[in-house]
Amino acid sequence: MRNIFLFIRRYFNFLLFLTLQGISIFLIISYSNHHYAAFSRVANNVTGQINSRYSSVQHYFYLKRTNDSLLKANELLYNKLKGNFALPDTTTRSYVDSIRIDSILQYRRYTYVGARVVANSVAAPNNFIVLDRGKKAGIKEGMGVVDPNNAVVGIITETTDDYSVVMSLLHKDSHISGKLKKGEETGTLSWDGKEPNLVSLTNIPKSAKISVGDSVITSGFSTTFPKGIMLGRVEGIYKEASSNYYKVKFFTAANFHNLPYAYVIQNAEQDAVNKILEKINKQP
Amino acid sequence: MSSLVKNILRFILFILFQVYILDKIRLHQMVTPYIYFMFILWLPFKMKRGWLMLLGFLLGFTLDNFRHHPGFHSAACVLIAYVRPFLINLLIPQEGAETNYEEPSFKSLGGILPYLIYSGVLILLHNSWLFFLEAWQFGNFWYFFVKTILSTAVALMLVLSTELLFSRKQPFRTNTA
Repeated sequence: MRNIFLFIRRYFNFLLFLTLQGISIFLIISYSNHHYAAFSRVANNVTGQINSRYSSVQHYFYLKRTNDSLLKANELLYNKLKGNFALPDTTTRSYVDSIRIDSILQYRRYTYVGARVVANSVAAPNNFIVLDRGKKAGIKEGMGVVDPNNAVVGIITETTDDYSVVMSLLHKDSHISGKLKKGEETGTLSWDGKEPNLVSLTNIPKSAKISVGDSVITSGFSTTFPKGIMLGRVEGIYKEASSNYYKVKFFTAANFHNLPYAYVIQNAEQDAVNKILEKINKQP
Repeated sequence: MSSLVKNILRFILFILFQVYILDKIRLHQMVTPYIYFMFILWLPFKMKRGWLMLLGFLLGFTLDNFRHHPGFHSAACVLIAYVRPFLINLLIPQEGAETNYEEPSFKSLGGILPYLIYSGVLILLHNSWLFFLEAWQFGNFWYFFVKTILSTAVALMLVLSTELLFSRKQPFRTNTA
């Protein structure tokens, strides 16, 4: 027993060094599995507050570019207004409606919630974005985030009462399912950690007809994003050795360098779908 | 100003400078400019190694919380805090010289060259351990290697210019006084 104490006293510094390194590496590994302690709630609130002070100054420098992008977004929306479209002449045609009205009424699946970007990183190998709205605005983990021009930015990974953290597309764990708009082939998104704004889409079969400049959109196979939201435009097509798949690199439609505002997409059916999925996963 | 207050102020200033100025600069994908570890470089000589490591951990952990992925910078800071006393023992001009001055500087290490070696080795260790942990997920050796070398060069320039811009006046103390 005495020898053990002597040993600890002799190598105290080295043992402390090993312990602290161990804690750090444990934090790195455990974070990706989403086992994050309650401590992060407090820490995120503190850093969130400092960040929002800073960004309120920084936002002035982006006002011009922000206005331009909002103008574009508004133009798109105005063009979709009902008033722009004339109804076809229906008086010449008559038909009996046999379906109950209720069943063809539209209902809302997706709601957009606007938020200001408080902190944003591009240069790190794992990038995160912080928004200034959280649980109080109904934001939950797993919701999708788009920029003002409706291009995919990332997925919410953490929320506090007033802030939420978004895992951006530029993160090694971000695997959104995307597809080619032309040929409808679906693949999985990944980022190699090097150039911002250049992301790759893997598992595209070699039978696909792709050309540079094609649009890549969301597939709608997950509950996070509606179908057909812009992801980016194809930059190059690369053959993957010894496999039947292409690796398609594309420029992201969202500009991560200039991102003052973002929208969080709430899906009314997310909980219902996730519950069923959980049930399936539980079965052996 | 007492040593404690001075170091608390330095801690806050280095973190804020790192997060709000250096992290906003995008030089190149291969270069990440770092300066915040100068806090560890400037800690007093007489500080115990255990406290050095705990402070290093705290510094790294604070920066990690701004980056929203804890662990990376804390691991790197703990490493350089652990190695620092060995290096000082190797570089100090004569035995007992560390009692004459409070903290490492050009003067107390006896010239610019020993100070350059001191900071260069620590920065290289910090960057290689940090980028190794990051690259471990991506797995590209050359990318990791070039990034470490370039970032170390940039950080060394930053450290030198900081050292020249903010001269720290340190009184010479003797054992006899």
